[in-house]
Amino acid sequence: MAKHHVSAVINGEPTEFLCETQQTLLDVLRDEIGLTGSKEGCASGDCGACSVIVDGSLVCSCLMLGCEAEGTTITTIEGIAQGDHLHPVQQKFLEHAALQCGFCTPGLIVASKALLDENPNPTEEEARYWLAGNLCRCTGYDKVIRAVMDAAAVMRGEKAA
Amino acid sequence: MNYITSDLKVVGSRPIRPDGVEKVTGRAQFGADMRMAGMLWGKVLRSPHAHAKIVSIDTSAAEKLPGVKAVVTSKDFPHIANEEAFVGEGPMNFRDLSRNCLAWDKALYEGHAIAAVAATSQAIADAAIELIDVKYEVLPYVIDVEDAMADDAPVLHDDLFSAGVDPKPAKPSNIAKVVTFKKGDAEAGFKDADVVVEGRYTTKAVHQAYIEPHACLCSYNADGQVMIYSSSQGHFMVRAYCSKLLGIDLANIRAVPLEIGGGFGGKTLVYLEPVAIALSKKAGRPVKMQMTRDEVFRASGPTSGATVEVKLGAKKDGSIVAAKQVLKYQAGAFPGSPIGPGCMCGFAMYDIPNVDVVGYDVVSNRPKVAAYRAPGAPISSWAVECAMDDLARKLGKDPIELREQNGARNGTKTHYGPTHQNIGFLETLKAAKNHPHWKAPLKPGQGRGIACGFWFNIGGESTAGCHIAEDGTVVATSGNPDIGGSRASIGMMVAEVLGVPADRVRTIIPDTSSINFSFLTGGSRVTFATGMAATQAAERVVEDLKRRAAQVWEIPVEAVEWKDGKAYPAGSNAGAFEPLDLATLALKAGRTGGPIGSEVSVNAQGAGPGFGCHICDVEVDHETGAVKILRYTAIQDVGKAIHPSYVEGQIQGGATQGIGWALNEEYIYDAKGKMDNSGFLDYRVPVASDVPMIEAVMVEVPNPRHPFGARGVGEVPIIPPMAAVGNAICGATGLRLYDLPMSPPKVRAALDAVAPKMAAE
Repeated sequence: MAKHHVSAVINGEPTEFLCETQQTLLDVLRDEIGLTGSKEGCASGDCGACSVIVDGSLVCSCLMLGCEAEGTTITTIEGIAQGDHLHPVQQKFLEHAALQCGFCTPGLIVASKALLDENPNPTEEEARYWLAGNLCRCTGYDKVIRAVMDAAAVMRGEKAA
Repeated sequence: MNYITSDLKVVGSRPIRPDGVEKVTGRAQFGADMRMAGMLWGKVLRSPHAHAKIVSIDTSAAEKLPGVKAVVTSKDFPHIANEEAFVGEGPMNFRDLSRNCLAWDKALYEGHAIAAVAATSQAIADAAIELIDVKYEVLPYVIDVEDAMADDAPVLHDDLFSAGVDPKPAKPSNIAKVVTFKKGDAEAGFKDADVVVEGRYTTKAVHQAYIEPHACLCSYNADGQVMIYSSSQGHFMVRAYCSKLLGIDLANIRAVPLEIGGGFGGKTLVYLEPVAIALSKKAGRPVKMQMTRDEVFRASGPTSGATVEVKLGAKKDGSIVAAKQVLKYQAGAFPGSPIGPGCMCGFAMYDIPNVDVVGYDVVSNRPKVAAYRAPGAPISSWAVECAMDDLARKLGKDPIELREQNGARNGTKTHYGPTHQNIGFLETLKAAKNHPHWKAPLKPGQGRGIACGFWFNIGGESTAGCHIAEDGTVVATSGNPDIGGSRASIGMMVAEVLGVPADRVRTIIPDTSSINFSFLTGGSRVTFATGMAATQAAERVVEDLKRRAAQVWEIPVEAVEWKDGKAYPAGSNAGAFEPLDLATLALKAGRTGGPIGSEVSVNAQGAGPGFGCHICDVEVDHETGAVKILRYTAIQDVGKAIHPSYVEGQIQGGATQGIGWALNEEYIYDAKGKMDNSGFLDYRVPVASDVPMIEAVMVEVPNPRHPFGARGVGEVPIIPPMAAVGNAICGATGLRLYDLPMSPPKVRAALDAVAPKMAAE
């Protein structure tokens, strides 16, 4: 069967790609476009390592087909920083040592950005429940939550970056 | 040199890790992120049966499918001999590993690799797998450890005779090995005891559950040279196994370590790499393979499920006079459970005159177990630390004080031989007793538990380097894949010795052909052993820099001192010279002897053992049986925290894995011997909303055998949580639970069992 021709805006760039019907958005990002920052940990929507933002919504890219991306605007981990200027969430993950192996980190950062876009002033409990779809096996989440809460304070302008 | 009492500028601070930015921007390259021109995709056909004889494998239809470039079975691997391997963590046998990578004559567990294909796309590879026709003769199977030990159990290997039994058994069995340790006279000790507690505890197999599935890209070139790009806990380990399993000279294999997305012991052996090389050789093209999560659960890891009987006897004053343990560990399909450390660790924390421990390494139709953080110890300590709590209750003693009274100290002889030296168990207990958490009031219905853990830590063969670039900046090299921040800690030790800021040192991990040998990343050895090599490499560079400064100044080298990254004349007698910094000396390198750098290989000894004590508060929902962790404090002797944030991270992460082991994680099998929960939805690891902040408290009793006093820190924190949670549940409900995980159905059943009695009272 012929491949689908899909147009989407990915990390600000108008992008076209060809994909087979069964290919997920994650497959397309990794294997067709070469954006390997989104990770496959489960391919079933349970681990969140493939988290991306599609038209403002946080989604697991392993649960969306590539051809469903037609006409959408997508932000992946590669589009979170502005050039060499890191997003506050990225900066705080570094400062708080909120990563060890770093495999779940792209998904956690995308999910954390999506949280703070929607709720700039989350409680610790809200942050924990929002990020409950992003598995991290290394950190025990302590430093991750501290990084997110700290990034939120910076983004609210309550403290200097 | 030893820096334990030095005024340290870099070690002990918290710089941003050298590999941080590429990890927060998605640029770090993990196992599945590599591509090569002409690359094929490899897939594995796995056994649908728990135990079956492989009668025939017909691959002809798969080979004919357009796009399929190679199909391999075990016939493409050399038939290697039964030979012990000391390449990975824990006992291993080259022949068994070969049979685990591709089954020889029998499928020994559901998920056992039978054949593999390489094709031009993943979809074609998947389709080709379906076309391989395997004729099985299904055999009776056995899953659980005590069933596998029964006389009438189906036997997995007809050449397996229990080791450690005299005389050698007349017939094969599933008991691979019997391990015994004796100290004093346990029976006499129990007769002498005023109080005795005992219990039979069980654990289920649990998976390391790293988020990154196993992945590799391998290329076998026409001249016999092999490239391996993979994610592992030791690229030298990968090289050694591939060499042995495929009969390729070590020097012809170049293994490149990619970023590792978690391992916890589970990536200390190979599954895919030898298969990918065999496919690549046959196809004449590079082959990429990656496991699905389902394959990770069914075919890799986990650690043993077990049955552990424990008995403790004490005098009225609390002194423990006798201890006994019988441990039965699942090995999976091939011998090699962590029964040895299991037998050692449970009682290693206590000074007990009479000890009797027996352990069994038992094969059954499950995936071959792999190391998992402090292999064997959490299972053993789950039983012992619950029994210690029962003993404290029975004696009416504070559980920390009972441990202080009986705790191992310097000079305590363990039941397995060695005498403890330079340990910090009592200091750890003291920190626990003085922590505000221990004294904080509990509300009605809440419970508090404590439990302790011990791990040996290891040293071993390691290589590291220190190279001064032409501009005076520094590249440090480490022979070990960085699993939890070792590039940061190694770079910091090098920076400290050189007297430069941490950000002047970039630490990288060269491939197997670019640095000398290092044993794998495991046993909490890298910051200790490879850190020792890195420290020595930097010291050699400092000596060389002093010699070069002396040459420039034309004074004796003894008249030069090195401090804060510069060479100074040592005192006014040496002469009046402007100090020479690294950049200046690097610039003059061509005139003072050439490039500046050093690589040091060591066989590090003296890894200081680690001890931890965890305090846990819980609340039990009597309606659902769910246990909520309210507060958690993990106290540990870390020797010296090189980068405290990553030490805390190890403690917090290990404790959380232990909480998962305690409350939810388990391999569940159906009636046909197949795993029933091979995904993260049903195999439930802790998520962010399951746990509170984990307070990590670092006690620093320096290890005198390490230049900065470091001890391994990664293993200890997974040992105490199961019993800490269990003891807290006991505190909250009065119920002692004996079986892991303490999941809602089990807790609810235990509550229901006593409810009528409680209602009647």
